[in-house]
Amino acid sequence: MPRSTPETFYDVMRRQGISRRSFVKFCSLTATALGLAPSFAGKIAHAMETKPRTPVLWLHGLECTCCSESFIRSAHPLVSDVVLSMISLDYDDLIMASAGHQAEAILEEITHKYKGNYILAVEGNPPLNQEGMSCIIGGRPFVDQLREVAKDCKAIISWGSCASWGCVQAARPNPTRATPIHQVIHDKPIIKVPGCPPIAEVMTGVLTYMLTFERIPELDRQGRPTMFYGQRIHDKCYRRPHFDAGQFVESWDDEAARKGYCLYKVGCKGPTTYNACSTVRWNNGVSFPIQSGHGCIGCSEDGFWDKGSFYQHTTDTHVFGVEANADKVGLAAVGAVGAAIGAHAAYSAVHKIKQKRPESAEAHDSAGEQQ
Amino acid sequence: MSTTTEDLLREKRRRDIPVRRRTAVYVYQAPLRVWHWVNALSITILAITGWLIANPLPSLPGEASDHFVMGYIRFFHFAAAYVFAVAFIFRIYWAIAGNSYAKQLFTLPFWRKGFWEELWHEVRWYAFKEREPRKYYGHNPLAHLFMVVIITVGGLVMMVTGFALYAEQTGLGSWQDQWFGWLIPLVGQSQDVRIWHHWGMWVIVVFVMLHVYTAIREDVMSRQSLISTMISGWRMFKDDRP
Repeated sequence: MPRSTPETFYDVMRRQGISRRSFVKFCSLTATALGLAPSFAGKIAHAMETKPRTPVLWLHGLECTCCSESFIRSAHPLVSDVVLSMISLDYDDLIMASAGHQAEAILEEITHKYKGNYILAVEGNPPLNQEGMSCIIGGRPFVDQLREVAKDCKAIISWGSCASWGCVQAARPNPTRATPIHQVIHDKPIIKVPGCPPIAEVMTGVLTYMLTFERIPELDRQGRPTMFYGQRIHDKCYRRPHFDAGQFVESWDDEAARKGYCLYKVGCKGPTTYNACSTVRWNNGVSFPIQSGHGCIGCSEDGFWDKGSFYQHTTDTHVFGVEANADKVGLAAVGAVGAAIGAHAAYSAVHKIKQKRPESAEAHDSAGEQQ
Repeated sequence: MSTTTEDLLREKRRRDIPVRRRTAVYVYQAPLRVWHWVNALSITILAITGWLIANPLPSLPGEASDHFVMGYIRFFHFAAAYVFAVAFIFRIYWAIAGNSYAKQLFTLPFWRKGFWEELWHEVRWYAFKEREPRKYYGHNPLAHLFMVVIITVGGLVMMVTGFALYAEQTGLGSWQDQWFGWLIPLVGQSQDVRIWHHWGMWVIVVFVMLHVYTAIREDVMSRQSLISTMISGWRMFKDDRP
């Protein structure tokens, strides 16, 4: 259907059979999800009615599809299904109906038609070793597809820990040299949405924000949206009072575990992990790992596979090919140095006595000679 | 400084000029001595509370609202950390305002060959290879090196990593975050900074053990006073030989 004005989000929604009432409900829900005042519902509605829609192209590199699995389980199907799958998600080789050349043609079409105006979402990352042969999409290395599509995009969203940090395929020794997106594409704004997977509502929240406000959300130093990654899981954890009180689970089946004490001592990474798990939670807000009795494993942090045990608080340090635990080495060093000091002190005393004897003898001799 | 004094003395002795007796020198001024003991106290509190933050005490029974054990431990850690940091800033000021011995903590005669020769002599003294140590008004070269590396550099590392971790709870945009928050992505992630901060604690603990031992040993074995000097400020020499 030829149009004089570019298609807006609202046009597509109506075309997809969404009622006006559902649309308004969606706008207020989105405003709430983004933590905005009720007055913003109207602004979102206005934006969606007037602004031309921004297509989203969703590429898949080396990944396990857990991001997509999380995404399609969004607690607010209105957001994920309507905004993304139906309106804006033009290419996603996982969930799109078309396949093969037909699918690749869409990529070609959108990158030309919406040059500089589409958002690229990347799930997974490209392997760079063996000329990228460890990940082939449509007969070509994924890294080539990524570079081509990234060339004319407005911004890139790095879905999950794979695209953001590298994740499991980039864990030591990283044989395929799986590389996070920001180390391959340097000339585009990149929004990292880490997590393995990221929370569905966080994913839809970030995308919806970008589509409706046509700007990148506020990012922290590492390129993560502060609205979801501004605080640690620890900061909003419902078990935090037990942490402050000094009440900890010591082992997995003890009384403290049954009482729901803090999991810090059994290696919970909540104090070092920036994510929204303790506020947004998972599966329609049902629970999150700590609520289910297991410590956070820090899946949304950089290189979490290589940061030592999930069950230790003082994790091992891996540097220059040596793995060592600070507490073990520290206690051993204190013991060794203490023993060395004791031995040195004892020998010093013996040495001093030894040194004094011949001295006094000499003194006695010389005194004798003088006489 | 000490070399020149020694050389002078040697020269004097060669010329057979009688050596003037000098048994005590005022080395450490009062503010520096106060700083030393404040620092010693804050490091002790920091190491103990730091260990307890990494390895918390056994749980107490009852409601969470009945206790604030971890909260108090962390409070004392942060309070002592601020004392340490403020004292460190004061110490920088005193390096400028104080006497020449106050500058030693921030200056290392790295390029002076004599420094390393004297340092080696001190190492040999601890290895029982020398009959007696040399006399120094300020730090001996070995102590000087350790002070600069552990207290100045190590202290800075602990403060920067510590404030970066502290910024995690004061939150994005806080002054701690603006000043020190950059460190976390630089090192890797929050857990890495924690672990390096923890390694730093062990380095300082081992240093404190060595420092206390050598101070006592030098007080007994060497030719000059050590412990009383940090209390009275006066360095006493036990003999008149150079």
